Amino acid sequence: MRHRFTALPALLLALIAQLLMSGAAHAGKTLDAIKQRGQVRCGVSNGVAGFSAADAKGHWSGLDVDVCRAVAAAVLGQPDKVAFVPLTSQQRFAALQSGQVDVLARNTSWTLTRDASLGLHFTAVTYYDGQGFLLPAKLKVTNARQLKGAQVCTQSGTTNEKNLADFSRTHRLGIKPVVFDTYEAAFKAYFAGRCQAFTTDVSALSGIRNKEAPKPEDHVILPDLISKEPLGPLVRRGDDAWFAIVRWTVFALQEAEELGITKANAAERRKGDDPAVQRLLGTGEDSGKLLGLEKDWAFRAIQAVGHYGEVFERNVGSQSVLKLPRGLNRLWNQGGLMYAPPVR
Amino acid sequence: MLDFLLQPAGFEIGETGLLVFEAAQPLWKALLVGLGNTLRVSLPALLAATLLGLLLALGRRGPSLPLRRLSGFVVEAVRNVPLLVQLLMWYFVVIEWLPDSGAAWQLADGLWLSKGGLAFPWPTAWTAETDRLGAGLWQWPEQGTFNVMGGAAVTPEYLAVAWSLTLYTAAFLAEVIRGGLEAVPASLAEAASTLGATRLQALWRVVLPQAWRTIVPAATNQYVNLIKNSSLAVAVGYPDLVSVGNTALNQSGRTLECLLVMALCYLALSGLASGLMNAFNRRHAGGTA
Repeated sequence: MRHRFTALPALLLALIAQLLMSGAAHAGKTLDAIKQRGQVRCGVSNGVAGFSAADAKGHWSGLDVDVCRAVAAAVLGQPDKVAFVPLTSQQRFAALQSGQVDVLARNTSWTLTRDASLGLHFTAVTYYDGQGFLLPAKLKVTNARQLKGAQVCTQSGTTNEKNLADFSRTHRLGIKPVVFDTYEAAFKAYFAGRCQAFTTDVSALSGIRNKEAPKPEDHVILPDLISKEPLGPLVRRGDDAWFAIVRWTVFALQEAEELGITKANAAERRKGDDPAVQRLLGTGEDSGKLLGLEKDWAFRAIQAVGHYGEVFERNVGSQSVLKLPRGLNRLWNQGGLMYAPPVR
Repeated sequence: MLDFLLQPAGFEIGETGLLVFEAAQPLWKALLVGLGNTLRVSLPALLAATLLGLLLALGRRGPSLPLRRLSGFVVEAVRNVPLLVQLLMWYFVVIEWLPDSGAAWQLADGLWLSKGGLAFPWPTAWTAETDRLGAGLWQWPEQGTFNVMGGAAVTPEYLAVAWSLTLYTAAFLAEVIRGGLEAVPASLAEAASTLGATRLQALWRVVLPQAWRTIVPAATNQYVNLIKNSSLAVAVGYPDLVSVGNTALNQSGRTLECLLVMALCYLALSGLASGLMNAFNRRHAGGTA
């Protein structure tokens, strides 16, 4: 609960900063500031397994973390030039609005309200998620519609909270939400038996079951999804150059998978004569110049974290403890939704 | 600037007291429910804390040594541990030790206690269900599949917040009251007893009325603190004003406006509490505050 005391002052400071800076659209300022500072400031979650979590030594890992590292590699040439700023769901938008972070990669769902009214832009989708339910296996519930009158723990200020209200209303279930201000408090209450179910995005549910449950096999995740949750990094409005850099770094990782360029073979593939590969890796046309970056920006990003598929499998997929299926997050030409516009 | 308060809230509130709320209703209504929940937990805690504080103060000055020691221990222990720590401790004690919602304890006819909360019968006429049920004046809770259904209930969050606030404030009030009692010269109580008053009569008729003027201003501070401290409820998921306000802030992105609304509500509540106490002070304690 430590952050409770820091949240309000941080928000107020953020607001004051926001008011002072409002109206000042400054193209390219973010990139200049990052180069001068020598570090990308990246807002991440305060611990969601597979997306962003710090280990005992303070080393961050996860899908969102790798996106930050890829951006740092593309911009500064080195993936470790990132300052990770853990943020609660209440703090996250104010932190980005005020300039406390340059990019927010914190399993945040892309919605119309957030896109249109917060002064922020979603750059790309890095994970197509959906909201589900985690509940004790002993309740023998197999379908979310059986949760009539149930008490469901969740975190405040999330899209999950709103979706739960919609779902309960649509199916007349009279679900009672028990809402906590942190993710941790919510799942602790669930594991203590306060609620009959816990709801959030399925990827996070999977992480909670594997890492936090006393006995993971005592809990099941229902197959039903009650929402679409496209997650991805956000930037502030008003700096189109920076927006393009973050967005195209994500696309570059997806394009690399499509072209079969991995962390291991990137250097080798660079020497080949495939024009699409040459364009992406910076031995052909200079795409970096258009973004205000070095010619080999994408090559550096790919060398740092690997292509999108590698990032996925390492953090949340087959090589991780979460073992999430690739599902919608496969490339477009393999039946998924991941589609990078042409890099040319 | 505050027009966003007219938009639908989009989220449900887990407990709403006597108010009825649905996600489709506007944000201002959600904030009102939050304010209602703040009052619903603050007022009973305020009364209970006053009573408990008085008992602790009397216990600490009383003739019985074990009682003096016990009261002293409670006051010191409670005063010196942060409220947030106590709140979390009580909350996790409550939800760890109570039975699952699917297997509630029946304390008495119609009184069920579980991790889902304390359920009790409630007059039908006062709830939203009235027109559908029609029959019977009282709604009786019964064990359902997941939890106890029907009647009215207070959640473990409510119980934890109400109890922590009561105990915490009582410890401070006990010291305030003790200070007030000690400020009254002992000779007055002695004089009362020579006139034939019992200890209790001397306390109620002679000592306490004179102690008020010392007690009331300091007690006002404690009451105002209690109301503001209820905002810690957000830590255990009780939907008070701050909890609902935080959600509204996050869902609407209107940070400054929501914080302003919350601040104004607390200002009004604290102002009201101080005003009432000052009026009491003028009337009964002859104070000039």
